[in-house]
Amino acid sequence: MSVNIAAPRSQRLDPKYVRGPKSRGNFEMLAWLFMRLSGVVLVVLIFGHLFANLMTGTGINALSFGFVAGKWANPVWQFWDLALLWLSMLHGTNGVRTIINDYAEKHATRAWLKGILYVATIFIVVLGSLVIFTFDPCVAGSDLAQCR
Amino acid sequence: MSTEMPEPASKIELKPGVGGGGEIPTFNITLRVRRYLPEASSDAYWEDFQLTMYGTDRVLDALHKVKWEHDGSLSFRRSCAHGICGSDAMRINGRNRLACKTLLKDLDTSKPITVEAIKGLPLEKDLIVDMEPFFQSYREIMPFLISKGHEPTKERYQSAEDRERFDDTTKCILCAACTSSCPVFWTDGQYFGPAAIVNAHRFIFDSRDDAGDMRLEILNDKEGVWRCRTTFNCSEACPRGIQVTKAIAEVKQAILSRTV
Repeated sequence: MSVNIAAPRSQRLDPKYVRGPKSRGNFEMLAWLFMRLSGVVLVVLIFGHLFANLMTGTGINALSFGFVAGKWANPVWQFWDLALLWLSMLHGTNGVRTIINDYAEKHATRAWLKGILYVATIFIVVLGSLVIFTFDPCVAGSDLAQCR
Repeated sequence: MSTEMPEPASKIELKPGVGGGGEIPTFNITLRVRRYLPEASSDAYWEDFQLTMYGTDRVLDALHKVKWEHDGSLSFRRSCAHGICGSDAMRINGRNRLACKTLLKDLDTSKPITVEAIKGLPLEKDLIVDMEPFFQSYREIMPFLISKGHEPTKERYQSAEDRERFDDTTKCILCAACTSSCPVFWTDGQYFGPAAIVNAHRFIFDSRDDAGDMRLEILNDKEGVWRCRTTFNCSEACPRGIQVTKAIAEVKQAILSRTV
């Protein structure tokens, strides 16, 4: 019985274990960096948000439609909530994307899950941004002072 | 004239009847080995062996006892048996370790000692896995010195400080204990794995090497360093005590500072 052995350095590699094509650009690096930077900013934004809503004035009892309307009359809070929305959504989406990459074993499953994730993210970010900018406190039946 | 030489200092006189294996305490253990015999069955199963072992014995000695005295069909890899060749990495009581560096007396001998093949690599037989995916990642990071310019006529000089920079990652023996303990590697085997990154680190931070940039480019990939989730399984598994996760973090920082 004879066995054929490939010549040394004939570039023969077992085709069973071929790595996928090399990724282009720095996307993974930027995603990694974004997670760290947005995490730090989110800590400030979230605790600022919690403090303003719960620790000032009469605390949780003050929260109402009118309270939110009052906050969004101020451009600082508009910007604060917009940054909170965008950063937390992108931070969370990237985290779930990472989990899908790690746990989904088939390419098709991975593509589907990520597709659903991105659609949901875009929907929430667009809807949230619209609400922040086009918010009108004077909805039908409103009893706020400035609407009368 | 006497030609008698003084006794060497290391020689110790033993009283008759003292010494040998008799004085080392013995104990009974149950060795539970994950068997896989593809020619007999496609299913893996656990097999228990009752053994009487000595206090100086390692898990490898228990495997030898099984192979030489109980069941010759047990298959495992080992070469030097002294923690240098990196052949006998296996999961002992659920942890990746070298069988030749794990003393039985340090394990809980009241319960069966489980021994399985390392995870994430294709199982071939009993404790033997196909190491090819592991070595392919290793080859891809070009684990050899690449230098520009003329060859020096003498050795390449390096200061003690420059040598210290990558000292930790020179200790790797390519046993695959780290890579096969990494949960990211278990998923699809596409991740380069800690061992490849450690060996890239060894050359990236070597002042004599000129291809650090090339290696950083290879590892700046979706399957490269950015897939590391810092679970520290690799640092815990390394039988040489290499700070693997720290090395990976240093490579991440090198890629960042090169681009940003």
